[in-house]
Amino acid sequence: MMSLIIVVGVILALAILYLIFRISSLVGIAKGKKADEVSDNNGIHATLFVVFMLLGLGAFFWYSYTHFDSYNLPVASEHGVVTDTLFWITMGITVAAFVIIFIVMIVFVYAYQYKEGRKAAFYPDNHYLELTWTIIPAIVLAVLIFTGLRAWNDITSPASAEAEVVELVAQQFAWTVRYPGKDNTLGAVNYKLIDNFGNEFGLDLTDNKSFDDFKSLELHLPKGKEILLKIRAKDVLHSVFLPHFRVKMDAVPGMPTHFKFVATKTTKEMREETGNPEFNYELACTEICGKGHFSMRMPVVVDTQEEFEKWKQEQETWLKQNPGYMDKVPANLRESAMIKAGMLIDKVSMESKAAFSAGGSN
Amino acid sequence: MATTHIHTHEAVHHDAHGDDHEHHEGNFWTNYIFSQDHKIIAKQFLITGIFWALLGGTLSVIFRLQLGFPDMNLDWLKPVLGGWITPEGKLDPEFYLALVTMHGTIMVFFVLTAGLSGTFSNFLIPLQIGARDMASGFMNMLSYWFFFLSSVIMFISLFISTGPAGGGWTIYPPLSALPQAIQGSGLGMTLWLVSMALFIVSTLLGGINYITTVINMRTRGMSFTRLPLTIWAFFFTAIIGLLSFPVLFAAALLLIFDRSLGTSFFLSDIYIGGEALPNMGGSPILFQHLFWFLGHPEVYIVLLPALGITSEIIATNSRKPIFGYKAMIGSMLFIAILSFIVWAHHMFVTGMNPFLGSIFMLLTLIIAVPSAVKIFNYVTTLWKGNLRFTPAMLFSIGLVSFFLTGGITGIFLGNSAVDIQLHDTYFVVAHFHLVMGSASFFGMLAGIYHWFPKMFGRMMDDRLGYIHFWVTFIGVYLVFFPMHYIGIAGFPRRYYSFTNFETFSDLNTLVSVAAILTLAAQFIFLFNFFYSIFRGRLAPANPWNATTLEWTTPRFPKHGNWPGEIPAVYRWPYDYSKPGSKEDFIPQTIPFSETPESNLPHENELIKLEGNGHGTIVVEGKH
Repeated sequence: MMSLIIVVGVILALAILYLIFRISSLVGIAKGKKADEVSDNNGIHATLFVVFMLLGLGAFFWYSYTHFDSYNLPVASEHGVVTDTLFWITMGITVAAFVIIFIVMIVFVYAYQYKEGRKAAFYPDNHYLELTWTIIPAIVLAVLIFTGLRAWNDITSPASAEAEVVELVAQQFAWTVRYPGKDNTLGAVNYKLIDNFGNEFGLDLTDNKSFDDFKSLELHLPKGKEILLKIRAKDVLHSVFLPHFRVKMDAVPGMPTHFKFVATKTTKEMREETGNPEFNYELACTEICGKGHFSMRMPVVVDTQEEFEKWKQEQETWLKQNPGYMDKVPANLRESAMIKAGMLIDKVSMESKAAFSAGGSN
Repeated sequence: MATTHIHTHEAVHHDAHGDDHEHHEGNFWTNYIFSQDHKIIAKQFLITGIFWALLGGTLSVIFRLQLGFPDMNLDWLKPVLGGWITPEGKLDPEFYLALVTMHGTIMVFFVLTAGLSGTFSNFLIPLQIGARDMASGFMNMLSYWFFFLSSVIMFISLFISTGPAGGGWTIYPPLSALPQAIQGSGLGMTLWLVSMALFIVSTLLGGINYITTVINMRTRGMSFTRLPLTIWAFFFTAIIGLLSFPVLFAAALLLIFDRSLGTSFFLSDIYIGGEALPNMGGSPILFQHLFWFLGHPEVYIVLLPALGITSEIIATNSRKPIFGYKAMIGSMLFIAILSFIVWAHHMFVTGMNPFLGSIFMLLTLIIAVPSAVKIFNYVTTLWKGNLRFTPAMLFSIGLVSFFLTGGITGIFLGNSAVDIQLHDTYFVVAHFHLVMGSASFFGMLAGIYHWFPKMFGRMMDDRLGYIHFWVTFIGVYLVFFPMHYIGIAGFPRRYYSFTNFETFSDLNTLVSVAAILTLAAQFIFLFNFFYSIFRGRLAPANPWNATTLEWTTPRFPKHGNWPGEIPAVYRWPYDYSKPGSKEDFIPQTIPFSETPESNLPHENELIKLEGNGHGTIVVEGKH
């Protein structure tokens, strides 16, 4: 019933609009207005453009100023400060250019609206003007290019050998993190070794670098130390986006990528800065990857270096968590695997405990 | 049937006077369906384009409902969308991606490439250069029918049970190659690829025709430096399309191989659905290079015709010559060339070698210079004009405004260091919807309002046009301007929901409401358009007092365009408000010998050459 009323109402409204349209166009014809005459409401549009400009620019500056904190994301990385500076310099230049050109255009629209009997100026070209507004943008852009290039080259330069290596693995629709363990070198992986039972990284256990690698479901990062993110994807394209660190890099199946940066604020410091005790850094996916794309997130924690080292110590190695994979380790490496994976100590202590208790009972 | 038609048609080209073709009467099928008349083909492209624009716009409103009103119950859409509305009354997240994908595909290719170039290149090239038809009417007809076939296939893909393609309009593999990854990569993607292959055939057939016609079939006196800027724009557009679309075809073909024949051009090291795929050695990045080698020129394929149309309309309605005619051509040429060597700025953070990033950043920011020149020239054309705000003029000014607003944000995105943060956020969405989407769309609307009298012999209602303009102009700004803020705050695009980002729910609601209003305003246009075709006031011969050749044809031009001899051309198309002249415009067909009062010194020299070339006396009075 309700929808019927709505339909009837819409039809009635359309019919009334149509009638108004018909009547006014018949009135137009009755007045004898010619089709090629300049419309008598020409001036209205000139005025409307001015009103639009004033309201538009007003709203633009008002919102940009009053809501600055809601769209300006606090920055927490060294290169992020640089790119933010570039961003705001570009913003200053382009907004100035935009406002000037926009105002000039609307002023022209208003000032030169049709007046009967006036003749437009025949002004087909002026080489000096053309040259001026070719060269000035070219110079401004050149400055932006060179500052941008310098920042880009710094950001993409190779990471130092001491950088903290962290591997991010993307899959539909989750992230996993692998840390290289005490040797600070990630073990080899092969996508054909991935399985559904535990070896989600495709860890190659013939490589002795892989024994002390450990997995985490949170991305922990140290403050003030260079971090080298090594990024790969298992199924389709994904993209690592750490908005507060101004980090973005695609995860590509078959082509490992990387991004290096230095975090400058711990989670705790950021909570103080934003005044939000709930604040958490976040990792999001920014390359369309399927149904769950929008929910592909991971919490990120930035610790001080001491906290970070401590946290690392507390993590169990992947091999220790998945002892069933010990069979995959070549026989001659098993002992070193157990040592590196932190399993031998336990085993030794267990054996000695067993021996002790056995001895004690004797 | 077809044979006789072709025969007559060829005869037209050989016949300088072209008197006999007037008597050629085909039946309904040859006149309106399989027509070889460029004007009919243009209208076919236009009507199909309008259909697609409406569909593409509606799709966007559906996903804007999801983004603007995340808690809304969408059960009322069930009669249309069926199973894509979940039992909870929500939009299916996978269908959301399909909507985004199809919106992009439809708008970029079917509306702003075929609908814009197809309509106006077809309609205006022969009329403005003084030709009876395209170089090959038959190929032109094929071009439309390939497009039609492509449209039918793309349309069907909307209704299949697994849904249309859903990997984004850029169809990056492996997502687009693996049906395991997303439903839309099954049959939907196959149909997408087949449809696009046909679409490319259509574009190439059209493009070859446009280029050939412009080069070979200009009327007497119509040198390249007397071509209206519209024709220059269509000419460059066709060349860009001819060089870049085949690359997309190659990419699509290789993707078809990867999907169906087990090749590994774009696939490598993939573990999905519990198994490791055998493909090794391919590169998803290769696809992106191939795609954007078309994809970036495509931006200019969409934009240049709109800029050409606007140049013409702004000059006509300012009653002034376009400022810097040669600079306008030069900047379009420069843009056309540069458009081929900036593609990788879409790929700064794909893991591409950073050195390539530096090169492409340099080239990308250079392309801002000719674009800036164009804006300055438009603004200077307004200066000291006598501006008539016809609906076409309003839409043209709107285009310049969007081109400016969207263009400057390109300077952020072209800077690879700044792009790291902004890439794939709403900032990008705002940027390209303004500079490419809305600007081109306004160019298309401006063109329709301006040339409607020539297309249908009747006038559109200008008051409805004014309402249409103001609602759309303000609506577009309200839709896309707030997206800059959302993007600066780091919100990724193609997200089904922003559950964690409630701060912007107000802006998102505003955007969605504005989008709905903007779409609603297009129905005013639709009414005006179809009503005026049948009941609009009959158009005068030259309603806008323009100088170009199309206004010398009869109100309802037949196949062949001019009843008598094709008029000759004596001057450039921008003699508006020339000092000394009584009228404020001098059509291209008026020889300098008849306007001694307004001739410039070098033009007096040209009088001697007039009328001698072919030994014929100038036919005057067509305007």
